[in-house]
Amino acid sequence: MTVAARFEIEYLQYLDPNGQLVADLPPHAPSGEEVLALFRQMLFLRTFDGKAVALQRTGKLGTYAPCLGHEATQVAIGAAMRPEDVFAPSYREYGAQIMRGVQLREILMYWGGDERGNDYANEPARHDFPWCVPIATQCLHAAGAALAFKLRGEKRVAVTCCGDGGSSKTDTYAAINSAGAYALPFVQCIINNGWAISVPRSAQTGAQTLAQKGLAGGLYCLQVDGNDLFASLEGMRRAMERARNGEGGTVIEFLTYRLHDHTTADDARRYRDEAEVKDAWTRDPMTRLRSWLVAKGLWDEAREREWVAECTRRVDEEINAYLETRTQPPETMFDYLYADPPPDILEQRAQLLALEGRA
Amino acid sequence: MKTTANPAPAAAGDAATARPITLIEAVTQALAWEMRHDESVVVLGEDVGVNGGVFRATAGLQQEFGPMRVLDTPLDETTIAGLTVGMAATGMKPVAEAQFDGFVYPMLDHVICHAARFRYRTRGRLTCPMVLRVPWGGGIRAPEHHSEANEALFTNVPGLRVVMPSSPARAYGLLLAAIREPDPVIYFEPKRIYRQYKEVVPDDGEALPLDVCYVLRDGSDVTIVTWGAQVKEALEAADQLAAEGISAEVIDVATLKPLDFATIAESVAKTGRCVIVHEAPRTAGFGAEIAARLAEQSMFDLVAPVERVAGYDTHMPLFRLEMKYMPATARVVEAARRTLAQS
Repeated sequence: MTVAARFEIEYLQYLDPNGQLVADLPPHAPSGEEVLALFRQMLFLRTFDGKAVALQRTGKLGTYAPCLGHEATQVAIGAAMRPEDVFAPSYREYGAQIMRGVQLREILMYWGGDERGNDYANEPARHDFPWCVPIATQCLHAAGAALAFKLRGEKRVAVTCCGDGGSSKTDTYAAINSAGAYALPFVQCIINNGWAISVPRSAQTGAQTLAQKGLAGGLYCLQVDGNDLFASLEGMRRAMERARNGEGGTVIEFLTYRLHDHTTADDARRYRDEAEVKDAWTRDPMTRLRSWLVAKGLWDEAREREWVAECTRRVDEEINAYLETRTQPPETMFDYLYADPPPDILEQRAQLLALEGRA
Repeated sequence: MKTTANPAPAAAGDAATARPITLIEAVTQALAWEMRHDESVVVLGEDVGVNGGVFRATAGLQQEFGPMRVLDTPLDETTIAGLTVGMAATGMKPVAEAQFDGFVYPMLDHVICHAARFRYRTRGRLTCPMVLRVPWGGGIRAPEHHSEANEALFTNVPGLRVVMPSSPARAYGLLLAAIREPDPVIYFEPKRIYRQYKEVVPDDGEALPLDVCYVLRDGSDVTIVTWGAQVKEALEAADQLAAEGISAEVIDVATLKPLDFATIAESVAKTGRCVIVHEAPRTAGFGAEIAARLAEQSMFDLVAPVERVAGYDTHMPLFRLEMKYMPATARVVEAARRTLAQS
């Protein structure tokens, strides 16, 4: 037999669900103190996420997409990026976004029905893409940003995320294909959390892995345990280094699990076996990293209590800022359509003001 | 960007020495001017590179500006639209080509959900200064899906500007304006009149306003409002009507969104009659918007019902019947006569 090409997908896992190392940590693995800082970030994210769901349940927030269970993946993505890079998230990757300067009040404003949530005040998030609802369309925007970097000779990387469902979209394939065709500094993170609302990963594709979707585009592909911070960091490190060195794009599949409903408008009990969720909790990214840190003597219950209290204080402060934010004046719906609004728009704006008795 | 050296001298800048050019040559001339003067302008699409585009709108551009600024894309319209949005939001001014009007549909997701909304969604933090060039309309005996008049799909989208030149000079000036516009512009090119006639278009970098209708012919009895390739039939109809002693004013809308309704209203105030002519299907075509505004704002100036001469509410037939579908001069003349018979 003559073989035209041969492919394989590497899988990375260092820390097993019990917090035991199953392989030597890679040479670039972060120090214990650095891991601790990222663990704190994960805990902060989980504290926020729980409180955001509670806000929705008490009528103080619109529909919200929780990120419970995705903490290691998201924090690894945030840690691997540099300020000059660009992030094009879907609508769930708050962990990476917070590390790039997105404020909790902005996340809450977006899900609370206020466009100003997308007007990220802090750099480097200020030059990142906003939340993107039409599934996986952001992947091509990231490829476009990567193309702009390449044309301008800038050493920057565009990183984007989609889910296991999103990996079925034309846009994801198109982004992967163009990243290969132009050898772009592009990283496609496929966050495989098992479910696209009610449709399981198995129904999305016959492919053995989602990572291999990058092979056809000529990208570097790998699959990592997305609940293992070390594996997620190492996968991202490789991808970013390749991109920065001009070696082209990468597809990383992060194997994680959606421990919550798709959004607060969803009820996963309609389609998902509770036993599956219970089992997934045994692979929780927090638990295993906590065990590793405790075994290293870097963490204990007292420190956890203290940090959670601090997280709670910080999150509550942001929630208060969100709750105190006044609704935008309605005429603002006309103010960001065009740099130079045409007369029709100004006329309709005046009509609205007149209706409001504010003409 | 450091891909170009000093802007090349505008060799064709002197109108006295310039040769007359066609509408499509005016498109090329505008692209080249702007690429020489703004390094952030890049052109991308299918076959736009070495081949210069299937209609030759980008002929010579890759030779002059190189493959980093004139990019052949993988053959996928979704890719073209998505890359364009991403580039525009990160500091480039991409001018994308949809090879044919019938191939823009996969692009709509990115145009409607993103290009048109980035400024709005982010409260002005990110914008999408891009142009989508769309060779438009029928009449060139092309295969299926190559002859669509789909401008109304775009005029209903907030955040877009929609432009359609009908002469070489307007093609040049409006394309320069479209590229310089800080918001996304859909720039339709009526391919039936790509090479209809030539005129001298000074290569002086002068843009035209993006919100103006043009009165192409003065008249006092009836106003014929049209855009794109139908300007040809409208002017022919005006000639025939003149022979019957009917004085028709002809307006080229040129920019559909935002619509310069004042120019139309002023004309109708004078003539009291209006015939709207467009190639697209009649129902919910852009003519319906003009007719509605006439009903709202010019009712008491009208002495006869507004007439619409449009494509039928069918699909564009394959080319043997396409000229039967499109509004012919005779239909425009007949509609104008009807408005005069009423009063």
